[in-house]
Amino acid sequence: MNGAAVTAGALDQLASECVALAARAAERGGGQVHLMEVCGTHTHAIARCGLRERLGDDVRLVSGPGCPVCVTTAGQIDLCLQLAEREDVVLATFGDMVRVPGTRSSLAEARARGGRVKVVYSPMECLDLARDNPEAYVVMAAVGFETTAPTIACLVLEAGRLGLDNLLVFCAHKLVPPAMRALLAAGDVRLHGFICPGHVSVVIGSDAYRDVVDEYGVPCVVSGFQPADILLGVRALLRQAADGVARVENEYRRAVRPEGNRQAVAAIYSVFEVCDASWRGIGAIPESGLRLRDEWSRFDVMRRLSLLEPEAKEHPACHCGEVLQGKLLPAECPAFARACTPTRPLGPCMVSSEGACAAQYRYRTA
Amino acid sequence: MCVAVPGRVESVEGQTAVVDVGGATVKARLDLVPEVSVGEYVLVHAGFAIETVDEASALEIRALLDEADRLCQVEAEERET
Amino acid sequence: MEGSGSRVLLAHGGGGRLMQDLIGECLGLLGSANGVAQLNDAAALALPGGARLAFTTDSFVVSPLVFPGGDVGRLAVCGTVNDLAMMGAQPLGLSLGLVIEEGLERQTLAQVAASIREACEEAGTQVVTGDTKVVERGAADRLFVNTSGVGLIPPGVALGGEKACEGDLVLVNGPLGDHALAVLAARQELPLEGDFRTDCASLNGLVTAMLEAGGESVHVMRDLTRGGLAAALNEIAVQSQKLIEIVEDDIPVRAAVRAAADLLGYDPLVMANEGKLVAIVAADRAGAVLQAMRGHPLGRESVLIGEVRSHAEGRVIARTPLGPARIVDLPSGELLPRIC
Repeated sequence: MNGAAVTAGALDQLASECVALAARAAERGGGQVHLMEVCGTHTHAIARCGLRERLGDDVRLVSGPGCPVCVTTAGQIDLCLQLAEREDVVLATFGDMVRVPGTRSSLAEARARGGRVKVVYSPMECLDLARDNPEAYVVMAAVGFETTAPTIACLVLEAGRLGLDNLLVFCAHKLVPPAMRALLAAGDVRLHGFICPGHVSVVIGSDAYRDVVDEYGVPCVVSGFQPADILLGVRALLRQAADGVARVENEYRRAVRPEGNRQAVAAIYSVFEVCDASWRGIGAIPESGLRLRDEWSRFDVMRRLSLLEPEAKEHPACHCGEVLQGKLLPAECPAFARACTPTRPLGPCMVSSEGACAAQYRYRTA
Repeated sequence: MCVAVPGRVESVEGQTAVVDVGGATVKARLDLVPEVSVGEYVLVHAGFAIETVDEASALEIRALLDEADRLCQVEAEERET
Repeated sequence: MEGSGSRVLLAHGGGGRLMQDLIGECLGLLGSANGVAQLNDAAALALPGGARLAFTTDSFVVSPLVFPGGDVGRLAVCGTVNDLAMMGAQPLGLSLGLVIEEGLERQTLAQVAASIREACEEAGTQVVTGDTKVVERGAADRLFVNTSGVGLIPPGVALGGEKACEGDLVLVNGPLGDHALAVLAARQELPLEGDFRTDCASLNGLVTAMLEAGGESVHVMRDLTRGGLAAALNEIAVQSQKLIEIVEDDIPVRAAVRAAADLLGYDPLVMANEGKLVAIVAADRAGAVLQAMRGHPLGRESVLIGEVRSHAEGRVIARTPLGPARIVDLPSGELLPRIC
């Protein structure tokens, strides 16, 4: 038997162990084991590897508010649209924001109508954009969790060093652990474990989930993204559930330290401070967002251009909020694959590449 | 959105490294990690190295992935015969 | 939102579901017969005496005009030769229509012409007729090319998407996604550097070798362009009303393409190619065909990737690493505009 055969066998073995542990955990708890992941990349990876079907009926694996584009409010998207439609603005954005609908339209459509929307891979591309477009404001739509916030912080710091006065940031960053606690505090969703986001944890560290465990007694396991990584994470969670314990475990040790990346965290908080934030589909969560500190206010598009975030309404038939809170699996949404499909989406969960509904639709099993 | 890939540092020039992510190279800013040297492994997200990765572990995963590739070859060949 | 409204969207040109909707609408208005046959790469016309002529046309609007490993000229010749080849036909001759924007550099035009000549020589054919138009600045983007081609379908060869049978095996001649990444690299839209170059090539020689080895056991050949393997297999599944199952991890992808796909979230299954085909071959001759492919310069990395099953569904599924099969959809819309 060669080493390669062991790998596939190992995946199968891990999956079988999970199924067995799930049965034990379900018996102990008197019902399905409810696990939640809170990371768009996990949503995608889990759907792609066929894990849900393999785990079977003893586990209900839901997606939480882990897709940063999905939890950006329609009002914030509408604001980005307003900016893109201004003659004096070049809006820089990450690719996955481009197709998500606000109240009436998306950045892709704004671009089709002549708006200046530039997709960037790294926020640092904004520096060249600002230098190349001195007559315009280059506004970086800063959407993302703790993985991305340090990179925007570096952009601001560098723009400060270079003395660029036409580079602005629209800060819509959000923080994951407060959202996890808010979901548990609301008590609407019964959870027996969190698969914690791999790359957010690279920055904030696995210790960041101690509060969740201590306050709510819900197991937290940090997991990577290869099928093997996800299985290791799920196995650890199911073992905890089967044993009736709750602690933080790290199954992505090659990249995640208990204390995280202190340098990255320092970068975040030298530029940003914590504020209350509104999450699409969930509502206000205290101290769950970031805003630019006063000493960096000249880079804040809201303050520089005196803008107010518009009120926005969701499509009445859209149940993204319940999906984002883990109350509904995508397939349980009445609109899923009927009124709401990737080509005609009603809400962000279906159109964002990391949305739970998009992942479920794209990787739905035969 | 949280996509980050591991890679090996090929060269460093000031605050930027060229990182081999397996078949292609990416430029990565080094603002968020302490000094890195050529040959070290980093995790790259949105054009930044967000963490250094323990080489042994990185190689382990690469080996796991390479084995998976080889397995697919083997299985594909077996199916043809 | 995408897909609705009174105007054509960029996504309608993407090679996926929206494009099919648009074509369906147009064909309906044209009053064309036999919608199923329209999904083949070329039309088969009956000639007096029983011979059959394959006839195809393509327009090329790739941007930029030049990319690593090729240009619009090479693309045009190979694209048309390949459409004929997918019917089993060797090209008898090509037409070349040019719509040139005022201001295009003469040097660029010369380069494209040289590529066309070289590609024709490689494919063993020539441009035998053509047309040239120049439009004012802004009325076209530098250069649009249309090529049409005719070829004779050898007697006894009747390839078509509807011919896939239960038990047939699915083969591809090499790694996927090369062309898409080459164009993106040329647009300087990639944050990575690597060996990105188009796989653009004429496949008629490879097809000859495959037909010699497999004869009537070769049921379908389809070249993989916009929409990639996912689009081609879905079309075939619908035409034949079969279920096609593939093992995604068996599909070859070059390291540079894999790195870019992972980093940027692209799926090699839906990415454009210009020198790749999928063949559906009866199990009894699949081994021989695969061997013949591997013996040809354009098929060295050929591999078996799946099987045709009998379900009256017209779908494509892929085995996941953990076993359960997932549905592979026709891609929806604008993946990468103006890729060919």
